[in-house]
Amino acid sequence: MTLRNDIEITPQLVADHGLKADEYQKILDLIGREPTYTELGIFSAMWNEHCSYKSSKKWLRTLPTTGPRVIQGPGENAGVVDIGDGQAVVFKMESHNHPSFIEPYQGAATGVGGILRDVFTMGARPVAAMNALRFGAPEHEKTRHLVHGVVAGVGGYGNSFGVPTVAGEVEFDARYNGNNLVNAFAAGLADTDKIFYSKAEGVGLPVVYLGAKTGRDGVGGATMASAEFGDDIEEKRPTVQVGDPFTEKRLLEACLELMATGAVIAIQDMGAAGLTCSAVEMGAKGDLGIELNLDKVPVREEHMTAYEMMLSESQERMLMVLHPEKEPEARAVFEKWELDFATVGKTTDDLRFRVLWKGEEVANLPIKGLGDEAPEYDRPWVEPKIPAALAADDVPQMDVADALLKLIGGHQCSSRRWVYEQYDTMIQGNSVQRPGGDAGVIRVLGHDSKGLAFTSDVNPRYCEANPYEGGKQAVAECWRNLTATGAEPLAATDNLNFGNPERPEIMGQLVKAVGGIGEACRALDFPIVSGNVSLYNETNGQGILPTPTIGGVGLLPDWQKSVRIGFAAANQPILLVGGPALRGTHLGQSIYLRDLFDRRDGDAPHVDLAAERKTGDFVRKLIRSGVVTACHDLSDGGLGVALAEMAIAGGLGATVVDVEGHDPLLQYFGEDQGRYLLTLNLDPQGDEIAALWAEAKALGIEAPWIGTTGGTDLVLGKAKPVSVAALTTAHEGWFPNYMSA
Amino acid sequence: MVAPLSQSRGEFPCPLAFSSKTDHKASHQLRHSKDRPMKAAVIVFPGLNRDRDMIAALTKIGGVAPAVVWHQDADIPDVDLIVIPGGFSYGDYLRCGAIAARSPMMDKVRERAAKGTKVLGVCNGFQILIEAGLLPGALMRNTSLKFVCREVKLEVTNTDNAFTSGYAKGQIIRCPVAHHDGNYFADAETLAALEGDGRVAFRYAEGTNPNGSINNIAGILNAEKNVLGLMPHPENLIESAHGGVDGRALFAALLDKAA
Repeated sequence: MTLRNDIEITPQLVADHGLKADEYQKILDLIGREPTYTELGIFSAMWNEHCSYKSSKKWLRTLPTTGPRVIQGPGENAGVVDIGDGQAVVFKMESHNHPSFIEPYQGAATGVGGILRDVFTMGARPVAAMNALRFGAPEHEKTRHLVHGVVAGVGGYGNSFGVPTVAGEVEFDARYNGNNLVNAFAAGLADTDKIFYSKAEGVGLPVVYLGAKTGRDGVGGATMASAEFGDDIEEKRPTVQVGDPFTEKRLLEACLELMATGAVIAIQDMGAAGLTCSAVEMGAKGDLGIELNLDKVPVREEHMTAYEMMLSESQERMLMVLHPEKEPEARAVFEKWELDFATVGKTTDDLRFRVLWKGEEVANLPIKGLGDEAPEYDRPWVEPKIPAALAADDVPQMDVADALLKLIGGHQCSSRRWVYEQYDTMIQGNSVQRPGGDAGVIRVLGHDSKGLAFTSDVNPRYCEANPYEGGKQAVAECWRNLTATGAEPLAATDNLNFGNPERPEIMGQLVKAVGGIGEACRALDFPIVSGNVSLYNETNGQGILPTPTIGGVGLLPDWQKSVRIGFAAANQPILLVGGPALRGTHLGQSIYLRDLFDRRDGDAPHVDLAAERKTGDFVRKLIRSGVVTACHDLSDGGLGVALAEMAIAGGLGATVVDVEGHDPLLQYFGEDQGRYLLTLNLDPQGDEIAALWAEAKALGIEAPWIGTTGGTDLVLGKAKPVSVAALTTAHEGWFPNYMSA
Repeated sequence: MVAPLSQSRGEFPCPLAFSSKTDHKASHQLRHSKDRPMKAAVIVFPGLNRDRDMIAALTKIGGVAPAVVWHQDADIPDVDLIVIPGGFSYGDYLRCGAIAARSPMMDKVRERAAKGTKVLGVCNGFQILIEAGLLPGALMRNTSLKFVCREVKLEVTNTDNAFTSGYAKGQIIRCPVAHHDGNYFADAETLAALEGDGRVAFRYAEGTNPNGSINNIAGILNAEKNVLGLMPHPENLIESAHGGVDGRALFAALLDKAA
């Protein structure tokens, strides 16, 4: 066998491929010889952190991933959950952090493209998208540029592809100065009996390449995304892919048409590590070998080497195993959509991954070994140091009304309209609740009344202070936001963003956060069905805040019964459901402390998961009974900010009465967990509300009547009234003012 | 919010795949039936993405699914209304609508328009009609230089045409927009003709012009008033799930149905 081997494998070359000396030794042991240059590239693509999950796998295994509605958990292109009537929702969240920092528009655009492809690869038509974005401090010199580019890139791709963006997050913190986060979520609808998987079946069947041509863009992208940033970051720009949403839209239509013909046995999109990863996954899952002939691969430019072709991350490409007798039919579909269609290889029975190029065999590797033998680490970790709780009397004082105006008009709690108006939020005509509420809601095509709710949540401040409680809180808040629309939370996807796992304190954050996520998912019957891990979010040794983003999906039996956050009518009682009798008590790690006093101290609020579930189930039942006219969960900024958001969204004021003898600042800005604000279409003196209170009391849930809607001002107890107009001006003003400054 | 139309809540019989053949015989027979329903066709170019929204609106309001015509089809069936929906034809990688406008299919649309068939272009469809020379002027990048998706107010400026006769002249309606290049411009002479001949169909009202269009123009008619192009999306405001039904009257008038 004459393997092409004209580039000498030096220790420096191995290191440049992100492989450690012991990992290289493992390669030598596995194949019994020195790898060729192309093989070294293939190993680096398969064994990097991004593709192999080598630091996180041990801990990801602890997460609950099954449930009565789960059809497919982690391990496929996306998770699949049964929503009844023969329909399924297919969804996943994935990061594109590193590329979006280097080249914000294309990095974000291809992040959206990648996650959409994951969803339609499974046979689902994408129906909703979300984006969780995190940027550095507003005053940092790069932040505006990154916000502009990332938001335009997300919109540029999603709008052209034609999927509504229904929810998302945007947050600023100095700890993201050197590494912004772009976590893209997509969900699609499919019939439960028409889900497509990546497991190849059958020997000697054609492996077909579909979609766009292969170019030199993105070579080594996954390896780049598995390293920290240094001062040489500008040199990494060529590792970022370039997106083409027009081709992706055609690829979607062509794939769905092709799937309908019955020609597809297995399908895998080419994402990170492109042709390498997709071919190896299809073969390894099916216990088959794969032989690829690179001379057949449609290329954008001449003289590409085997190495470049195997590591290219050119977008909008798919690999399939097809029934040979249906190949002409399949080809016709792709020709109609003017996309490339080429048989580039075949399945084999020898469990080898063989790559031919210009008549030479440039790689011949054990296909199972590439995946199964990938290194897995039990990295050392240290128990995070949890900050001491704030002293009970440590309540820095400020006028309640002034604090509310500052928070509602600050970078954390202000409106994200500047962002979401650049996204098409209503295409497909099914968006029942668009961004700006607790969760996005769409109706389900093909059903009379069913709806789906989507939200993405995490509080990185809490995760930094107390990773375990922060992990719990991220899941609980996601579950809560779905519940606040009236939806039953079904399942979630996790996008775990952390710093360098080789540092024990970062690994400690990951271990504890995953532990908290697992506990909360179990307590709330909210399994994780897909996800992604992004490590090495670090620049010059400074890591990001630990950010395990949770994307959740909920089911509404009748979307017409879903409720929104805005006050709906005057003279309706406002109930605060859940939490302590004193309403607000916990200021540690609050926005009140951080944004008004520049303090990041105290423990994160803890989540009582039993109370969380009980309260949420009670709220959902009330919403479905039709007595709730508006509902909003309490999060950043506590009761005060939540009331203000409801007033702004409804264009209507309210008057709230203080709890006597308890510091109003704690009441209004404490961030205690598990709480909802509800307005009801019930007489506050009537029998129905009395029955409601009796039920709450029996369940041990606080549900005090704290105020009444109406008027043009928001009056928080004895604080001076603040007009809804002033709140609105502050709330809507921050983002456009910042971006135009 | 207007009361929900219960019959419009469910699935619409939308063809998922585009047939490359159109049933001319069927449409011919319909043409000679006395109280036949009005027939519509939706033209689809690769990259358009509001075709399904448009097909849903026409189906829900007209009661009959429109013919779906793929850009490579040999002909357009015999219909009363041809619709070019929104999206990003050919990725809008040249000027918006420029590539689709030069396709053989647009020659066919031009022929039909000349014979008096009504032609409606929405968003990218409007851009294509302008690029194809069926409507005058140009649609430039929004003055914000950003894509904008929000609800605006429209004034129904003229109602003496088949498209807007279901509205009252001067009526203010709600309508969503979603575009990057909707900033209408025309030279003074063209503008004078549009304004003087009652060819401005819709104007952005109450300070909601989202793109910097001259004279707040949102939609215009050709001289014969059988071709309308508009940037906003009336097809996305036709049922309670959309939060309003202000878009219905446009389709109802075209399809000869009650709004």
